Amino acid sequence: MGRPLIHRSPMPGLGLSMGITLAMLSLVVLLPIGALLLKGASYGLAGIWETVNRERVWAALFLSFRLSLFAALFNLVFGVLLAWVLVRYRFPGRRILDAAVDLPFALPTAVAGISLTALYAPNGVFGQLAAAIGWKIAYAQWGIFIALVFVGLPFVTRTVQPVIEEIEREVEEASATLGATRLHTLGHVILPMLAPAALTGFALSLARAVGEYGSVIFIAGNIPLVTEIAPLLIVIQLEEFNYDAAAAIGIAMLLISFAMLMAINLIQVWSRRRIGNV
Amino acid sequence: MLATLTHAGAATVRQAATVHSGGHVTLAVLRRPAGRRGARTLRGLLSAVALAVLALGAAPAGLRAETLLNVSYDPTRELYREVNEAFAAFWVAQGNETPTIEASHGGSGSQARAVIDGLEAQVVTLALASDIDKIAQTGKLPADWQTKLPHNSSPYTSTIVFLVREGNPKGIRDWGDLVAEGVEVITPNPKTSGGARWNYLAAWAWAEKNGQDPQAFVKALFQHVPVLDSGARGATTTFAQRGVGDVLLAWENEAYLALKEIGEDQFDIVVPSVSVLAEPPVALVDGNIRSEGQRKLAQAYLDFLYSPEGQAIAFRNFYRAWDASRADPADVARFPKLELVDIAHFGGWAKVQPEHFGDGGIFDQIYVPK
Repeated sequence: MGRPLIHRSPMPGLGLSMGITLAMLSLVVLLPIGALLLKGASYGLAGIWETVNRERVWAALFLSFRLSLFAALFNLVFGVLLAWVLVRYRFPGRRILDAAVDLPFALPTAVAGISLTALYAPNGVFGQLAAAIGWKIAYAQWGIFIALVFVGLPFVTRTVQPVIEEIEREVEEASATLGATRLHTLGHVILPMLAPAALTGFALSLARAVGEYGSVIFIAGNIPLVTEIAPLLIVIQLEEFNYDAAAAIGIAMLLISFAMLMAINLIQVWSRRRIGNV
Repeated sequence: MLATLTHAGAATVRQAATVHSGGHVTLAVLRRPAGRRGARTLRGLLSAVALAVLALGAAPAGLRAETLLNVSYDPTRELYREVNEAFAAFWVAQGNETPTIEASHGGSGSQARAVIDGLEAQVVTLALASDIDKIAQTGKLPADWQTKLPHNSSPYTSTIVFLVREGNPKGIRDWGDLVAEGVEVITPNPKTSGGARWNYLAAWAWAEKNGQDPQAFVKALFQHVPVLDSGARGATTTFAQRGVGDVLLAWENEAYLALKEIGEDQFDIVVPSVSVLAEPPVALVDGNIRSEGQRKLAQAYLDFLYSPEGQAIAFRNFYRAWDASRADPADVARFPKLELVDIAHFGGWAKVQPEHFGDGGIFDQIYVPK
């Protein structure tokens, strides 16, 4: 018992900065999630299962997570490409394009949703073209997909961009002198270096899409079993003053999200180990 | 609050604080004693926190003229904009100070929830009595609130009509035509929209009166709905601006407003043979009244809605009000006569709400997997 309970760190400001961090984290993250879990606990596991285990809820959860996954995958590919273009090429308007990548963050999601709906509705500019070939975008699952791609796009680009900036030309040149083709260099040298950052961006994009409500609600059509997203079901339960059921669906979403992010994290750890720390 | 500041000031550096009337605070640093860096950071932080607490606490305080918040539902924006202006003029003419009247609009259910969760509304003017009942259950207003004002506390009423595209290309005349092959119907979601519940009940009433199974009829009707918006205004936008659907089930006032705002050459109003008498009620929220002055203001505001002037404004905004003495005859003559069924016919909201719109209720059964 001779040891002091709290070790003084040689780094100044540890206690203070840790205190502030914990206090802030509690206020804005841990407490709300804790309240949600507490609400769920008071409802009971059986109650949660009964609420979630219904065709309509499963349909909404499946829709939300499936489309979020597709949107995040799309963003993974497109976001890396976009980052590559922005870093590697010099062209007029590059800075404007670079700034525009962040717009989905800045724009209120409702504005984004309404603009997308106006464009892709049957009488909108793109919606008319699509309707001509018998393709429905707004008020169908495609509309939800587009909205989710929109809100998640900056994540991958912004996480990958600094990594591409760090890659030195010499690495590619070395690869070329050793006789690798461009494709081989890309696949075996560059992409592995980008993988951890790209996965982080993918996870962020996925998490963002799963919880998205504001923009999707305008373009989705919201037909139960067809285009009804899980966050809307939560809102509907709240409209009925059914806080327990709302919390139950919220907890289900939280658990699925957590499992998915966990899986992505494991892949990341594995890929880091395989190619070394980048 | 001053104590907090003084304390923080003593612990850190000497500061002179000036609190202005608006709640803003300026701090003048007089002397900064030398100290260890860590301690100084801590002190700086403490005073920053004290300042934040002070700013947060002081902001809402202060003496102002009486204020009033009216929490209302979606399509009443235009109505209450006009009412608030007229009432403020009326209140000042009575020898009072100019009041600050604010109105908030949204889906009726979510507005009620906001009040339950602590939104300080002195007056609620919602789409459904059941939403105000929910607020009453928290004790913020008496259970018999609906008896406090005339006409079930509904200074104006409305009904549900059809808005169709110009020339009525699908030939829609009555509820039965809505389930014809190829007709697309736009209505908001009854789970989230008060107006949509009236839509649903009107369809139900028509089916009852025409010897059809009401449950099968509303089910067939909702199979023709391609988009379920969460509120009445959203549904109007989907129909009018996005060009989706052949017919919009709408509040009568919303339908007339769409004609006025978007153009009479684009839409026609079709009045069905049977519809509902929708009574959007108003109430004073006792639990949120902070002073006698505020109570007087809130009561006068509600009474004003029943005054000939208030009623004339309601008529002008396409609501069916009661007292037409000051209204423009053209505003009154606009409304066609039709058979109206009120909520009592369905057994009152206390019965209808759980039976039809509750979790697993009749409306939920429409959407079962095939």
